[in-house]
Amino acid sequence: MRKYSVAAIVREALRYNAGWERAWRSPEPKKQYDAVIIGAGGHGLATAYYLGKNHGIKNVAIIEKGWLGGGNTGRNTTIIRSNYLQDSSAAIYEKARSLYETLSQELNYNVMFSPRGVMMLAQTEHEIRGYRRTAHANNLQGVETEFIDPKTVKKLCPIIELSGPRFPVLGALWQPRGGTARHDAVAWGYARACSDMGMDIIQKCEVTDILKSNGKVVGVETTKGVIKTHNLGIIVAGNSSILAEKAGFRLPIESVSLQALVSEPVKPCMDVVVMANTVHGYMSQSDKGEMVIGGGTDGFNNYTQRGSFHHIEETVRALIETFPIISRLKMLRQWGGVVDVTGDRSPIISKTPLEGCFINCGWGTGGFKAIPGSGWAMAETMANGSPSQLASAFSLDRFREGRFIDESVAAGVAH
Amino acid sequence: MLVILCPYCGVEAEETELTAGGEAHLERFGPSSSDSEFENYLFMRKNEKGITFERWHHTYGCGKWFHAARCSMTMEIFGTYPAQTSKPPKKLISMIKKKRPEWGEGK
Repeated sequence: MRKYSVAAIVREALRYNAGWERAWRSPEPKKQYDAVIIGAGGHGLATAYYLGKNHGIKNVAIIEKGWLGGGNTGRNTTIIRSNYLQDSSAAIYEKARSLYETLSQELNYNVMFSPRGVMMLAQTEHEIRGYRRTAHANNLQGVETEFIDPKTVKKLCPIIELSGPRFPVLGALWQPRGGTARHDAVAWGYARACSDMGMDIIQKCEVTDILKSNGKVVGVETTKGVIKTHNLGIIVAGNSSILAEKAGFRLPIESVSLQALVSEPVKPCMDVVVMANTVHGYMSQSDKGEMVIGGGTDGFNNYTQRGSFHHIEETVRALIETFPIISRLKMLRQWGGVVDVTGDRSPIISKTPLEGCFINCGWGTGGFKAIPGSGWAMAETMANGSPSQLASAFSLDRFREGRFIDESVAAGVAH
Repeated sequence: MLVILCPYCGVEAEETELTAGGEAHLERFGPSSSDSEFENYLFMRKNEKGITFERWHHTYGCGKWFHAARCSMTMEIFGTYPAQTSKPPKKLISMIKKKRPEWGEGK
């Protein structure tokens, strides 16, 4: 792989950009791999990357039904934060956030991580209490957050309206090192690094069955033939239940549609990420100038990658009260992604009843921020055959044993 | 927006009038049940990609719970039926089978 650098730009400028090579190869699958990962989204590619980098397992295939990063990795609002209440959540999300800090250098691919700061608005008395508690918990966990007053909110984000009639801003939970990154670049950067290690990324290849023998996984049947392996990772947000069924077990997961939208590009007006959980709306400004807005999920199971329009209407209506400046903006695009939601709104990184088969799912509405940490923990779990320290709390057993990581109450809905 | 017929009051209710209530026909387990029975009842879900049976609540209408058969891929509603039953009516099943011959009824 040729390194991207200033020298490379100069070199290519002098020869009509003829020397740029493809970022990753698109090979045909081999008959057998040491490890196979289903799903070439951010989590799957990160898992493959850390399998190679941290554990030396490089004979790996990453199989993707559609195209690389075409699922939720390309559909989220790119927010990165780690201000969670429970210790095990804070640990994995903070691991991810800290890996994002140096990811561009590590991958030699600009993922445009921008730690511009994330604030979660407190718009009710309950939220004030909840966020104060989270700030205390975060300080104990070593995650830098603080509870800030409305004056500081206004200073950090001048376009905000503090005294709206329905949703006054009473304070906020502020994480100065949270922010955003370029979501596609995260997938592309990991893909390029994986391909460079000799891993095969096989796109447009759907897994039609999971092959088992004596309670162990022996391979997968795909639209491009049978691929043998004794180490299988299922990392297919949204479609987790379907692959789990092929593997012969059930999941505590429901797939719902989560929506987002972007406005036409405008001049820079907001250099922080603002989340308003009472109304379930969040907004940031992309480098292109578009206002990126995330909304809520529908209440019913949905595999369509589009959601109900009235949810967007609710989100936008509420955001206009908090940001009157956006009221005349035209919205450019709206889309949905299928997210898989667990009973306690925390993810699953776990062994499964099928030996040699591991699953990473249930990131619900907030998986993007976790990609490096999730990959790190999943790779450790797959390489050792037992849960890593980061992942141990997120096992599938917790639903039977009652060890929930209850972020659904702790973190509010935007999560 | 989904439009679902409430089998009680007969109103063609819009989605905003209703609350989704999750998977239908879950078998309930009581105090003396095992951990895995509770796990199944409380958390494990079919999460069907295709035809799914689910509960709905006519919140801003007659206030009653009912069942609906819906496709989670196309959003087509095949029919609704009252809540006082532990499985979908035969008539509805055969109607769905006629429309979707490839459907393998309930796993």
